[in-house]
Amino acid sequence: MIIEAGHYALVLALALSIVQASVPIYGYWRRQSVLMDMAQSTALMQFVMIALAFAALTYAHIVSDFSLRNVVENSHSTKPMIYKISGVWGNHEGSMLLWVLILSLFGAMLAVFSRQMTQSLKSLTLSIQAWISAAFLLFILITSNPFERIGMPPMEGQDLNPILQDPGLAIHPPLLYLGYVGFSVTFSFAAAALISGRIDPAWARFVRPWTLLAWIFLTLGIAMGSYWAYYTLGWGGFWFWDPVENASLMPWLAGTGLLHSAVVMEKRDALKIWTIFLAILAFSLSLLGTFLVRSGVLTSVHAFASDPERGVFILLILVFFIGGSLTLFAFRASKLRQGGLFAPISREGALILNNLLLTTSCATVFVGTLYPLFLEALTGEKISVGPPFFNLTFVPIFIPIFFLMPIGQLLAWKRGDLLAAAQRMTAALVIAIGFGLGLAAWHGEPALAALGAALAGYLILGSFVDIFGRIFVSKASAAQVWARASGLPLSAWGTAFAHAGVGLSLLGLAATGWGVEKIVSVRLGDTMDLGPWRLALTKIEPRPNSNFDALVAQIQILDGNTAVAQIEPARRLFKTRAMTTSEAGIATLRMGQVYVTIAEQNADQSLDMRLYWKPYVSLIWLGGLVMALGGFLCLADRRLRIGLGKRAATKIKAHSDPDPQSMAAAQ
Amino acid sequence: MSRKGRRLFFIGLILSVFGLALGMILFALRGSVSLFLTPTELAERQLNAGARLRLGGLVKEGSVVKLGPQSITFVITDGTKDVGVSYKGIIPDLFREGQGVVAEGLLTSPSASGVSQLRADSVLAKHDENYMPREIAESLKKQGVWQGGSPPSSPTSPPRP
Repeated sequence: MIIEAGHYALVLALALSIVQASVPIYGYWRRQSVLMDMAQSTALMQFVMIALAFAALTYAHIVSDFSLRNVVENSHSTKPMIYKISGVWGNHEGSMLLWVLILSLFGAMLAVFSRQMTQSLKSLTLSIQAWISAAFLLFILITSNPFERIGMPPMEGQDLNPILQDPGLAIHPPLLYLGYVGFSVTFSFAAAALISGRIDPAWARFVRPWTLLAWIFLTLGIAMGSYWAYYTLGWGGFWFWDPVENASLMPWLAGTGLLHSAVVMEKRDALKIWTIFLAILAFSLSLLGTFLVRSGVLTSVHAFASDPERGVFILLILVFFIGGSLTLFAFRASKLRQGGLFAPISREGALILNNLLLTTSCATVFVGTLYPLFLEALTGEKISVGPPFFNLTFVPIFIPIFFLMPIGQLLAWKRGDLLAAAQRMTAALVIAIGFGLGLAAWHGEPALAALGAALAGYLILGSFVDIFGRIFVSKASAAQVWARASGLPLSAWGTAFAHAGVGLSLLGLAATGWGVEKIVSVRLGDTMDLGPWRLALTKIEPRPNSNFDALVAQIQILDGNTAVAQIEPARRLFKTRAMTTSEAGIATLRMGQVYVTIAEQNADQSLDMRLYWKPYVSLIWLGGLVMALGGFLCLADRRLRIGLGKRAATKIKAHSDPDPQSMAAAQ
Repeated sequence: MSRKGRRLFFIGLILSVFGLALGMILFALRGSVSLFLTPTELAERQLNAGARLRLGGLVKEGSVVKLGPQSITFVITDGTKDVGVSYKGIIPDLFREGQGVVAEGLLTSPSASGVSQLRADSVLAKHDENYMPREIAESLKKQGVWQGGSPPSSPTSPPRP
C-alpha cells in the first residue's frame, strides 16, 4: 500500500510539474498574474510529492520488501541499517529519484526565497525548473521505475555491491547531486532572462547565491568522492581522470567561471551574455555528466546500467535542454544590452582571464572525456585517454591560474596597477620560495615536488595579502586590527579562504612526489621501514561479520620505538555475491597518511602487502573543505543574501531608510 | 589603450589561449593515449616495441606462473591468439585463470613478430562473478569463446555512483 502511494505520488508530481511548466509561462505571455503565481504553489507541492515517493522507497528498503525489483536487486535482509538507507540511492532507479528529489527541493527553495524577485522572473524561472523535472520524472516513470513489483517475490535479495557498502555512499551522492542539480537553478535563471530579454545587475545578484550554493556542494561532493575512491579502491590514488570524475569536474570548472563572471556583471554591468552562456554551460555539463553515468555509455568501473533505452532517453533530454537553451541563446542574446569594454589590467580584466583559462581547461577535459567515445562510435577503434593526456593539457593551463589568482585579487576595478600588485606579492613570493627550499632540504628529491610546494605556499600566502593590507595599517593597536578584521565584509574573507584552499590542495598534490611505496611479503612479528615510520605486523585474524567474513591484519606504526598508531587493513569476503573487497588500513600522522592494503594470505602463511607513506596527503581534501568554507563565508555575507533585491530596491526608493530596518528586511 | 586596442588585446588573448590549448590537445592525443586491443587485433597490427596499450581477454588456463611474492607471468588469450604478460605488483582480488582481465603496459617486442610480450604496469580483473569489460565480452562473443550469461545486463556497480 505504501509502495503504491509512493508510486502514485510520483505520478502526481509529474502532473504538477507539467502544470508548473506550462501555466506560468502562459500567464507571463497573457500578463495574468494569477496564473503566474501558480508556479510557487505547484513547486512546493511537487517537492512534497517527490519527497513522499522517496520516503516510500526508503521504507521499502528499510523493511526489505522483496516484492520490489529494486529492493531485491540491491538489498539483503542482513545488510546493516545504514546501508539499507543509503542503498536507496546506491542503484540507478533510486539515484535518479534522489536526483529529482533534489531538483524539486531547489524548486521549492526558489519558491520560498524568491519574494524579492519580480513576478515575471520568478514565475519564468520556476517554470523552466519544472520543464527539467517533468523530463526527468518522465524518464523515471518510463524507463527506470523504482516502484516496479516482481511477480514471484524471492525470500532474499541480491545484496548491495560490497564496494558501495561504505559510509561514503551515504554522503557522496547527495552532496554531488546538490551540486549538479544546483546548477539547474542558474540555468533556469538564464533561460528566464533570455525569454524576458531583461537582465541587469540585480539578476546577477539573485543568481550569485544559487551559484555559490551549487558550487559549494559540488566542491564538497568532488572532494568527498575523491577521498572515498582513495580509501576504497585500495591503490592509494585519489584522482583517476576517469570519465565519471571528469563529468563532475567539468561543471565545477564552468561553475567556478560563472561564480567569477557573475561578480563582474554585478559590479560592472558587463559580461552579461558570457555569464548567461556560462550558466547554460554549467548545467549542460551537469546533464552531460548524468548522461555519461546513467546511460552506461562508458566502459568504466563506474558504469551502472547499460540499457540502451535509458541511454537514448537521457540523450534526448540532453539534446532538448542543451539544444533548446542554446537556440534561445542564439536568438535572444543579441537583444541583451552589452556592457562596455574594459582595461586589460584591472580586476575585471583578471576575471576575464580567469574565465578564459577555466573554460579552456574545461574544454580539454571535455575532449579527453568524449574523444574516445566519438572515436569508437566512428571508427570502432578503442582507446583510453588517461592521466598522461591530462598532464599535458589540463595541468599546463592550470599553472598560470595558480600564478595569477593572488595577483588578480590585488588589482583594482576599472584600472589596476600590475607593478604595485606584483610588489605587494614580493614578500609572499620570498617566503614561499624559502618554504619550498626548506621542504626540499627536508624531503629531498624530486625537485618538481618542491616547486609545486613553493607555488602552493605562494598561493596560500598570496590569498591573504589583500586582507593583510586592509587590516594592518601602521601603528594600529591589536584592538584596532581586530576591529578592522571583523569589519571586513565576509565575502573578502570567503574569497581569501577559497583561494587558499586551492593552495592547500595543491600542496597536498605536490607532496605526493615525496611519497614512499613498497610491496612486501611479511610474516607475523616482522617489522618494515616506511619513510620515517616503522611498521610491525602484530596479528592476523579472521573476523566474521553479519554479511561478510573478514581477514584482518593488525599493524602497529612505530616512531622510533614508540607506537603512534595502529591500523587494521582487511580483506572482506561478502557471502551473498561471493566477492572480496580490500579495506585499506589508514592512519593520519602529521597531515600525511600511512596507507596499507593486504592481499590474500599465501600458502606459507606470509602476507603480501602494499605500503604507502604519503606525506601531507590529507591536505588535498582539507583544501577542498577550506574552499567550501570560503564559499559559505561568501554566502553568509549579508550583501549577497538571497533577499537582497528588495533591500536594494527600497534603498533606492527611500534614501533615508535606516540601516537596521533594511537589514531586517534582508533576513 | 584605445578602445580598438583593448578589443584587439582581448581577441588576441582569447585566440592565443585557445590555439595553445588546441595544440596541446593534438600533441597529447598523438602520444599519450593507449589503444585497447584483443590479442587477435594486436597480431594484426604493426606496433613497435615500447608501444603502450591495454590488452583484454581471458587469463589462459594453466598459464599463471608465480615468480615471487608480487611477480607473476600469465597468458592473455582470446581463443585465437595468445599474448604473454609479465606483471610485478599486487595481483587484483579477482584475478583467476579462465576469467576476464585487462592488462595495461608496454609492448616488449614488435607485434608483427608473432610472439608478443607485454610488460604490464596495471592489471584489472573483473569485479564480480558476472562482470566482464564490455570490449572483451563483445570480442569474445564474436569468436564464440566465451559463453556466459549476459555480462552487459548485469555489470558491476561502480565504486561511486
